[in-house]
Amino acid sequence: MTKPEGEMTWKDIEIGAIVTEPGSGSQYQTGTWRSQRPTYEFNRCIKCGICAIFCPEGCIEENEKGYFVANLYWCKGCGICARECPTKTITMVDEEE
Amino acid sequence: MATKTGVEVSIAIADAVKLANADVVAAYPITPQTHIVEHLAELVANGELDAEYIPVESEHSAMSACLGASATGARVFTATAGQGLELMHEVLYVAASMQLPIVMTVANRALSAPLSVWGDHSDVMAVRDTGWVQMFVENGQEAVDNTICAFRIAEDRRVLLPVMVHVDGFYLTHVIEPLTLPEQAEVDKFLPPNDYPLPLWPDKPVAMGDFAPPVIYSEAKKAQEVNLRKAKQPILECWEEFGKQFGRYYHPVESYKTEGAKVLLFTMGSFSETAMTAVDKMRGEGKEIGLVRLRLWRPFPFAELRQAVKNADVLIILDRALSYGGPGGPVASEVKAALYGEAKRPKVVSFIAGLGGRDITVSGFEQIVSRGIELAQKGSEEEYEMFGVRE
Repeated sequence: MTKPEGEMTWKDIEIGAIVTEPGSGSQYQTGTWRSQRPTYEFNRCIKCGICAIFCPEGCIEENEKGYFVANLYWCKGCGICARECPTKTITMVDEEE
Repeated sequence: MATKTGVEVSIAIADAVKLANADVVAAYPITPQTHIVEHLAELVANGELDAEYIPVESEHSAMSACLGASATGARVFTATAGQGLELMHEVLYVAASMQLPIVMTVANRALSAPLSVWGDHSDVMAVRDTGWVQMFVENGQEAVDNTICAFRIAEDRRVLLPVMVHVDGFYLTHVIEPLTLPEQAEVDKFLPPNDYPLPLWPDKPVAMGDFAPPVIYSEAKKAQEVNLRKAKQPILECWEEFGKQFGRYYHPVESYKTEGAKVLLFTMGSFSETAMTAVDKMRGEGKEIGLVRLRLWRPFPFAELRQAVKNADVLIILDRALSYGGPGGPVASEVKAALYGEAKRPKVVSFIAGLGGRDITVSGFEQIVSRGIELAQKGSEEEYEMFGVRE
């Protein structure tokens, strides 16, 4: 994709709206759908990575300290990570206006 | 040199697909389309046509298989009719919006209920807005010629759209007509190999029919709409080239004996030939009647239509489909819309007739014309009149 979707005009659409750039779906910011976001008490975290396995968006990444954290560009706030976390490290909180 | 022979129109359409050297045929048999795909199956089975014939379990699957085949860059053909066209309905939109150059013969048939296998244009009108290029033909020769043209139009780099060729069920599909099948070398000269620019191919992966969120969907639809409207020029060029090579010329809107005619009859499809005979008769009686026939249905030929009817006072339009609870015949209402902004425009009278295989004879057309003139003069509170229905 030569431009972000929000800047593309109809003249930029490929034949049949075919997508020629692999993985271009990752440019789409699904984080704006979120009404809750995950927060972390890392002192309880055992770094098991279960949250990342269960995340339907695949947006949980391991950081440099070995903790697993959702990338809020894509996180839709579904809360599955918080529900599945065996040590209750993750708490969902409402997004403020 | 190609010679003229007597052949059933369905068989001739299948032979035209063979001459076009289709790579894939995916189809499900349905009356009155059956002979077309049956003969194609024979041609593939006996080795006369080197193609994959996919005998699918439904029309929905037929069009879906066509999508996949066309996406690989294959030359793809299918045919259907009536209920079959309805069953593939949702996939028709996908073929057009993914710009896959599939060619389909529609053996026009009435829709249930009550069950009717006979011909009218109910099925055409139900797929009007699917985004396909659509054209009507009037006889077997036109069906053969436009099947070959349809591949060239569909695969034109400036078009890349699926094309429906509307062939009236039974009136055309099941009659034996004298017609000329072009020689293979002539067709090869006219129809270059399909060269789809973005096929599914492992070395250059693409994704087709992807998700489009609100931020991009409108742009995709605008691009599709502009593309279909711009397809008219390549269609005109294709017909011009075909005419130069084969001597038979086709136009989006065709006029017959319209010189000096203040009253014009307006038809589409095979009934146009009966209408021409009726016009001959009425002209012979000194009546100044002409006939205008619509060949290109999508993209709609606005300029050609306005030009063809600009000198008329009365335009009598015959539709072979109902728009239940709507503004009259579907073609009549579109013609009215096309003329609404014109400073001088004919009075449009909408007739609906020829439903579910009901014939309209020469005398029927004479009655339609005289009743149309009467309605144009005294006006009517009805949106349309159904001709030939027993009261």
